[in-house]
Amino acid sequence: MTEFWIRFARNRGAVVGLVILVLVAAMAVLAPVLFPRSPWDMAGAPFMPPGEMGMLLGSDSLGRDVAAGIAHGARISLMVGAVSTVASLGIGVSLGAIAGYAGGWVDDALMRFTEFFQTIPSFILAVLLVAIFSPSITSIVGAIAIVSWPPVARVVRAEFLSLRGREFVQAAECLGKSRLAIIIGDILPNALSPIVVLASLMVASAILLESALSFLGLGDPNLMTWGFLIGSGRSVIRLAWWMSVFPGVAIFLTVLALNLVGEGLSDALNPRLARGRA
Amino acid sequence: MSILTIEGLTVALPAGADRPHAIEDVSLTVERGEILCVVGESGSGKSITANAVMGLLPKSLPLRAGRLILDGIDLRAQPPEAMRKLRGSRMAMIFQEPMTALNPLMRVGDQIGEALAVHGAPDRGRVQELLAAVNLPDPVSIARSHPFRLSGGQRQRVMIAMALALEPALLIADEPTTALDVTTQMQILRLIREIQQRRGTGVLFITHDFGVVAEIADRVAVMQHGRIVEHGTAREVLDRPQHPYTRALIRAVPGFPKGGGVARAQGRDVLRVQGLEKTYHRGGWFSAGKMLRAVHDADFSLTRGETLGLVGESGSGKSTLARCVVRLVTPEKGEIYFDGADLRPLSRAAMKPFRRRVQMIFQDPYASLNPRRKVGEIIAEGPITHGTPRAEALERARDLLAIVRLDPGAMDRYPHEFSGGQRQRIGIARALAMKPELLIADEPVSALDVSVQAEVLALLAEIREREKLTMLFITHDLRVAAQVCDRIAVMQRGAIVEQGPVGQVFANPAHPYTQQLLDSIPGRAWTPPDLGEAA
Repeated sequence: MTEFWIRFARNRGAVVGLVILVLVAAMAVLAPVLFPRSPWDMAGAPFMPPGEMGMLLGSDSLGRDVAAGIAHGARISLMVGAVSTVASLGIGVSLGAIAGYAGGWVDDALMRFTEFFQTIPSFILAVLLVAIFSPSITSIVGAIAIVSWPPVARVVRAEFLSLRGREFVQAAECLGKSRLAIIIGDILPNALSPIVVLASLMVASAILLESALSFLGLGDPNLMTWGFLIGSGRSVIRLAWWMSVFPGVAIFLTVLALNLVGEGLSDALNPRLARGRA
Repeated sequence: MSILTIEGLTVALPAGADRPHAIEDVSLTVERGEILCVVGESGSGKSITANAVMGLLPKSLPLRAGRLILDGIDLRAQPPEAMRKLRGSRMAMIFQEPMTALNPLMRVGDQIGEALAVHGAPDRGRVQELLAAVNLPDPVSIARSHPFRLSGGQRQRVMIAMALALEPALLIADEPTTALDVTTQMQILRLIREIQQRRGTGVLFITHDFGVVAEIADRVAVMQHGRIVEHGTAREVLDRPQHPYTRALIRAVPGFPKGGGVARAQGRDVLRVQGLEKTYHRGGWFSAGKMLRAVHDADFSLTRGETLGLVGESGSGKSTLARCVVRLVTPEKGEIYFDGADLRPLSRAAMKPFRRRVQMIFQDPYASLNPRRKVGEIIAEGPITHGTPRAEALERARDLLAIVRLDPGAMDRYPHEFSGGQRQRIGIARALAMKPELLIADEPVSALDVSVQAEVLALLAEIREREKLTMLFITHDLRVAAQVCDRIAVMQRGAIVEQGPVGQVFANPAHPYTQQLLDSIPGRAWTPPDLGEAA
């Protein structure tokens, strides 16, 4: 484990990413303490530039505190990223594992099913799903999970295909272990590294997707999110740039941090690939 | 004058390695028209020596001291550009893996032509002449082929043709036959010998196989831990080895059976395989596809307590046949009777009770253990799956480690902390944990160094005696088969062409293919001297 951290820390960008991520998470956790009032409440006069009336990042067209919106929005954005990633990992890993382990027509059927999802532009599908099921936090998380599992299934299937033929898996077959025990106990632990790396990148794209949905007005109407902040500031961007820019910076930093961490994880988990990069 | 003189060559290893120098104070000479074999186990520094001469050492292995003189030219004093000119024109190298050494997108003839052109001697006719010189049939069509159309042996010939293109004075061959089948190996060895005699080239031949040494060497240098421990003519070193390490290595070389082979207790049949067929189909929905009959006409039976050797070259179907018996591969036809019950039609669940009784040892000790599990769990896993309480299974795993002569402390360590030989012992312990009646060993020692190989074979023999095991032993190495097995079945292209007691098959092979295999054993004329038991 310590060796893992040493390898992870060798990638400077990954450490920076981790620090940013911890700060964003801390901001999300501490939001009720830092900004005890609801982010929907009026805190001062509208269109106040940053620093005026005790509002660090200014106020929006209804006089709401932008900083409070960003802090509270971090909770939703991170939560949506995490939950939808866990859900799509659940779908992707199970289907990929079954396809890769079983092979044959099962593999063919599952992969055609996966391709069906891959051929539809994922954002359009997400918009469609949210529009059908009416915007709510559950439907948004569900829609993001449904559009982002195919790459997981592909990666897991490829790993399983190559690991299935390895001698230690054949040895497990010879010992008479059940299929499930072999999939979970022998193959999956050895396929974990690419899944972990992929997951960190998926959290980033889920946050982007959620922001994009909110920007289009398909966010949960009761929850403050970064995408909503940008969306609501869009029409007055020439009058009050801070309303769109600061939430945008928050998204940018979080997604960048997740990508950096993902790369660091990939270096730390696959030391052989990382060596050439130095 | 010698073609190559190496004096006091020392190459450092990066800090943190198990020893400070990869090779230390190595001195060798190669004379014109002679083959010098450098023998050693993996990690002995023999390839490093060759790469140092070619100037191909990676930056992490700096040359610390010594002189390298090729035909009067001091190689260490040459700038990189001059070294590049020397490589290919004055000295050339053949590598171990012919499958990956050729550019897959370039026609064979063009690749050889390129070697000529780089050194300023482009000549189309010469390419075909070279291909003919390495005994390739139909040089014209071979020159037009892409590498994927050629077999391993043909590719290695192309590599040799390329190496010889500019008539170098020195040819370095780094395990050139290790990846090849035994019959192909013999052809390549004869080819190298013939070319070397015809052209008077000096050859530095690196190998781990004493059979190959006996076949080809004029002089021998034995390396251990980066040093040359013994050096002399082939006859001296092979028949009267002096250094304890050389003696240990030669003692580890399996000899041939002397008598007619002892028939073991004639008991019941444990395993009887009849009419088994396995065919692989390749090709998509719209193309006709190819058919490969991996196993057919391969009937055999195993009596209790007996060891049957399944011998053949790669692709002969011996591993497929063994995998059919443990149902890793599902055959289309035939019967596999184990103790009276046909295993072939059994479902996964119905097969489970038989899993206890038939166990397998795998070839590659680096791939056959789950890297994410502790050794203790790996061994105990089988019995736990079959209902043994966890504590009891782990207790037994501890005993098994002692039986395969590993420290009980190994229980809580991961496989990557062990050497190849140790891992193979763990694999054996895993199979034994199930208390099997039939043990299938699929090339269990072919990935191991010769001295480790001897230890593992001795361990297997001991366990077989004690546990009264019946064994199906798959190998491509006839020396190993002769040492381990009671009976031998020879496979060729999916069929068993001959079977019988070891002594009989070796003394009077009935099938021409068996004859050919036996003739191809390198160093067949050399019988390892009787050096007694290890002191």
